[in-house]
Amino acid sequence: MKKVLILFAHPRFEKSRTNMALLRGLEDQDFITIHDLYEQYPDFNIDVAREQALLLEHQILVWHSPFFLYGAPAMLKQWTDLVLEHGWAHGEGGQQLEGKLIFNAVTTGGTRASYAHDGFNRYTIAELLRPWEQVAALCGMIWLPPFVVQGTYRLTDAMLADYAEQYRQVLLSLAKSTPLEAVLEYAFLNDWIADPTPQEQA
Amino acid sequence: MTETLLGQAIVYLGAALFCVPIAKRLGMGSVLGYLMAGILIGPYGLGFVGHEGEDIMHFAEFGVVMMLFLIGLELEPAHFWRMRSRILGLGSLQLTLTSLILTGGFLLLGLDWRGALAAGLALSMSSTAIVLQSLKEKGLGNSQAGSSSFAVLLFQDIAVIPMLALLPFLALQAGAVAGNGHGAGLLDGLPVWLKAGSVLFAVVAVIVLGRYVVVPFLRIITKASVRELSVAAALLIIVGIAFLMQLVGLSPALGAFLAGVLLANSEFRHELESDIEPFKGLLLGLFFIAVGASINFQLLAEAPGKIVSLVLVVILIKAAVLILAGRLFRLTFDQNSIFALGLSQVGEFAFVLLAFIDRLAILGRDWTETLMAVTAISMTLTPVLLLLNERLVLPRFGTPEQEEQEADQIDIEHPVIIAGFGSFGSTLGRFLRANGVEATILDSDSDQVDLLRRMGFQVFYGDASRVDILHSAGAETARLLFIAIDDPATVHTLVSSVKKHFPNLKIMARVGHNIDAYELLDSGVDHIYRDFLDTSVRAGVDVLASLGHRRFSATRAGLAFMKHDEAAMRHLAPHRHDESSYISNAKEQIRLQEQLLASDRSSCHAQHDHAWDSPTPVTAATEGRGTPESAAAPAGDG
Repeated sequence: MKKVLILFAHPRFEKSRTNMALLRGLEDQDFITIHDLYEQYPDFNIDVAREQALLLEHQILVWHSPFFLYGAPAMLKQWTDLVLEHGWAHGEGGQQLEGKLIFNAVTTGGTRASYAHDGFNRYTIAELLRPWEQVAALCGMIWLPPFVVQGTYRLTDAMLADYAEQYRQVLLSLAKSTPLEAVLEYAFLNDWIADPTPQEQA
Repeated sequence: MTETLLGQAIVYLGAALFCVPIAKRLGMGSVLGYLMAGILIGPYGLGFVGHEGEDIMHFAEFGVVMMLFLIGLELEPAHFWRMRSRILGLGSLQLTLTSLILTGGFLLLGLDWRGALAAGLALSMSSTAIVLQSLKEKGLGNSQAGSSSFAVLLFQDIAVIPMLALLPFLALQAGAVAGNGHGAGLLDGLPVWLKAGSVLFAVVAVIVLGRYVVVPFLRIITKASVRELSVAAALLIIVGIAFLMQLVGLSPALGAFLAGVLLANSEFRHELESDIEPFKGLLLGLFFIAVGASINFQLLAEAPGKIVSLVLVVILIKAAVLILAGRLFRLTFDQNSIFALGLSQVGEFAFVLLAFIDRLAILGRDWTETLMAVTAISMTLTPVLLLLNERLVLPRFGTPEQEEQEADQIDIEHPVIIAGFGSFGSTLGRFLRANGVEATILDSDSDQVDLLRRMGFQVFYGDASRVDILHSAGAETARLLFIAIDDPATVHTLVSSVKKHFPNLKIMARVGHNIDAYELLDSGVDHIYRDFLDTSVRAGVDVLASLGHRRFSATRAGLAFMKHDEAAMRHLAPHRHDESSYISNAKEQIRLQEQLLASDRSSCHAQHDHAWDSPTPVTAATEGRGTPESAAAPAGDG
């Protein structure tokens, strides 16, 4: 079983219903480490050596954050800038992260329909995540489609519970070494896990 | 004119106002000034006060009584416990050794053993009043020498109780009849064992009264919240205790000391302190004047050789014992010399003990008069000795005051000067050094200075407010001066001296209390660091976090609070004198605290974080229309 590291960044987690619901179900899973960056580094003074050691212990990485004005909160950007060092994660001699799986878990207030070329937000989620995709590519990691929870204001508790269960299933399946070709075909990991047809059942 | 009370007051106040500033200007300290004033107006000087000297002495002893009350107040049990090895070790060593040697000396001079023992005990006392006042003025109160002196003095102050209780037994052995019509104590004529018992009874009475009567009484008084009342209450406590003690023939000073200790843990400690402080200062001054005036120059003229040699031998013996004790307790040369010379005089308790001895007729009148003169002269000599030590001995044999300038060091100009290298200053210095910025350090604790020099810091030893020392520390070329000195008065002098002589030197300062911060703002210092602020807010953030608050939110709340508090400080500083022309320090602290608390509620309003909280849900309708107000909506995630 592979190990999952959730790099979670939310400056006001205590006010986020959605993210609380998503993470609550994962706390007791042995194969998952929830790494709460704003709690660990309230002064933004990130311990790079510690973060790199943590990365080496896990095979699946998740950038988990809300979408604020089409980007991640400052902490996640700072984390990326400092931890994915030249000469360690990329560049000459920087192959430490090669072959690891990585994806974004994103929550947005806007609906899925609004993130489209003819929609209010004009770009798709995949397009808006391009810089992260390229960072993953630069570091030789395997980039997976994002896990996305949208229209968060209108989600009922029951719907949130469904999303949380989906998230758990996604992480569980990836940790059990699912063939990746099938996964990469989908726009979102939600779609892959919700699609009953092609899944090989263990 | 000097016959009336008012005339007397004019003479005393005038003499003090004339002599003390001159003494201060000559660098001699106020104690010496008062003593000179006393000699000047005394029967052998201008003769303004003469035979009344004794009455004045009684009145002036009240200064000593108040001082001991304040010392008692300062002495929380926890503080005493921390100093126990010094108090018991150093104190008992000094007292036993000194009185043994002195007793031996008096035996050689032909006194019988009772008289010799009584005289030895009396002369082993040192002067709390002179020593603490002198050390405080020199800013040495918290140095090794200062705390060792305090420990020895404290032990002596306490040891007076059993001494007074035991002296009657010496009298009994001497076969003399106590109470030769001189004392008016209740106990005259009682059997000796009853007298000794009454001493114990009085001590117990003070303890019981202090615990069960005085504190509830003070609670009622403070409810009335009339300032004069609490001052009156404080004075009444002291006068009452003094009266009770005199009634049973005990030293009022000891009673006051005991009462102080009992009230040290009560909520009125600071209130009492600020109420008594001005009286204490003035009456202590009067006491020193009286000591000066009571020196019997006639006795000195009749047998100058005897008295002078007695004074010198006593001082020598006391200093030698102190040096030995200081060595045993590992004081360095500088500190030990201050400690030994500082305590080498005979103290005011010797007057009390000698008067008692005289009354019990353990010693003859001629001897007690001589010893009183010895006491007064040795007290007068102390400030002189300390001055000689500071000016002549230490520069030659002690820790050098200035760096020896090595050839290659002349060009080194450090951009920062740190004045005061206690725990705050040294942390600052270490941080600067870790970042490649060297600082020149000024400190008045010679132990500290030695250590720092060995670690390679450029250190100047001495009083930072002296212009010549600032000069040699490079105040002309340095870019900023950081003041991390504890004593607010020293900080104040330093600031005004720098503003005057080095106007281009930027001043930054640490303070320990809000009030001190306001004072600094008044004197034009803008960069003020209140050392409690960051630490307590940081602690508060940790408290919030351990209660389950998000660490990041707590951290931001802490930063917002500090910003709010800084602003409140700057807002309150100029307005704090509006309400009343005179409010005691303690009361002002409380009032300011109230104002701060009232304004704290506003500090949290900064914590809305609309963008992150996303309070406005996006509806399908607004998304569709793409109205401007919905533009920010997708930012939030709920």
